[in-house]
Amino acid sequence: MYEGAIADLIDELGRLPGIGPKSAQRIAFYILGADPADVARLASVLKRVKDQVRFCAVCFNVAEEERCRICRDPRRSDEVICVVEEPKDVIAVERTGEFRGHYHVLGGAINPLEGIGPDNLKIRELMLRLRSGEVKELILATDPNTEGEATATYLALLIKPMGLSVTRLASGLPVGGDLEYADEITLGRAFEGRRSLDV
Amino acid sequence: MPGFRSRLYRDDAVVLRVQKLGEADRIVTLLTRRHGRVRAVAKGVRKTSSRFGARLEPFGHVDVQLAEGRSLDIVSQAEGIALHGPISTDYPRYTAASAIAETAERLTPVEREPTLRLFLLTLGAMRALADDERPGSLVLDAYLLRAMGVAGWAPSLRECAVCGERGPHRGFSVPAGGCVCQRCRPPGAANPAPATLRLMAALASGDWAEAEASEPPIRRQASGLVAAHLQWHLERELRSLPLVDRT
Ligand SMILES: [Zn+2]
Ligand SMILES: [Zn+2]
Repeated sequence: MYEGAIADLIDELGRLPGIGPKSAQRIAFYILGADPADVARLASVLKRVKDQVRFCAVCFNVAEEERCRICRDPRRSDEVICVVEEPKDVIAVERTGEFRGHYHVLGGAINPLEGIGPDNLKIRELMLRLRSGEVKELILATDPNTEGEATATYLALLIKPMGLSVTRLASGLPVGGDLEYADEITLGRAFEGRRSLDV
Repeated sequence: MPGFRSRLYRDDAVVLRVQKLGEADRIVTLLTRRHGRVRAVAKGVRKTSSRFGARLEPFGHVDVQLAEGRSLDIVSQAEGIALHGPISTDYPRYTAASAIAETAERLTPVEREPTLRLFLLTLGAMRALADDERPGSLVLDAYLLRAMGVAGWAPSLRECAVCGERGPHRGFSVPAGGCVCQRCRPPGAANPAPATLRLMAALASGDWAEAEASEPPIRRQASGLVAAHLQWHLERELRSLPLVDRT
């Protein structure tokens, strides 16, 4: 067993997602043996990410100002919103170069087993954006798995009375995968072939 | 370890829960036919090139081959028997399936303890939700009542839960264990409509003709009593139950 700072570091690292006790120990000892300048840079970037990066007030993507880079871009269409689960999905869709509208980041998918219901996601905020009347099409790009599909179904039902076009990314995206792992070509095709959701 | 080979075993299972692990792996919780509840790692399934990612989605019935591990087993093969995909395209049924999966998990606190009856009950409920032949909310309540029966604490629906006197009785008390006669009736007992207790008995015994003839207010009252009875016996609350969409 370790004591003091190294034990604290192993504890903290072990709390990170995907890092077990062994990896935490390995990383801690790597940091202990690393160049002080490298460690200082890591420490400062950790602090900066919490101090400076926040969530866009409009779409909940990561942002360094009140609104994210995409929401501030006047060249992007206000008529289409693409709904995704996480900020990393925005990056996946941007990589395809197929989409020139805006985003809405839900912050996850509806998952009752984990206690996540519609109220725990940015769904109310999405409804407020849609009421402004500028949006003509909503693309539901939640993950192609059970939770993502159920979330898309819930949103489609909720939005149906507003009379806008609601589409879902075309099949071809492998079920069970994460959107962020889809390659650009497959995801681009899924965008082109998006289908209307009839609920 | 030289000479060490992990034992492989094969079984069919209902996928109860899927959680992300690290970059691209998942931990799947399976309720198997012969090995009880098992938690296993499925490697690389979130990559879109995964061979069996699509088969290890919640609520599906799968045929799996697992390698025994020290804490978690490893999924080495998975084939879909019936993936019950339509559940995720109907929100009320999705929430009902979630509550069924969480209940199955909570009723199997010890891993690898075989529970064939609960497995068959859970598989039947998921199949009924996917087939959409009966209202999802009734499928859920029937499941909860019968699963409580497997656990040994089904509510008494005809005889008095305290003295055993034959009913029907008007009172219902969760702490007493179900219906109660006038003499045994504890303070705070509810007075559900007689039709509510009839519906619960029909759900518990699988009398679908009677159950499906019930009116919405009766169904709501029965759901409330079933949920209260279940929560009383579980130490922690079910997270999914308040999120069930019964519309
Ligand atoms: Zn934004
Ligand atoms: Zn009595």
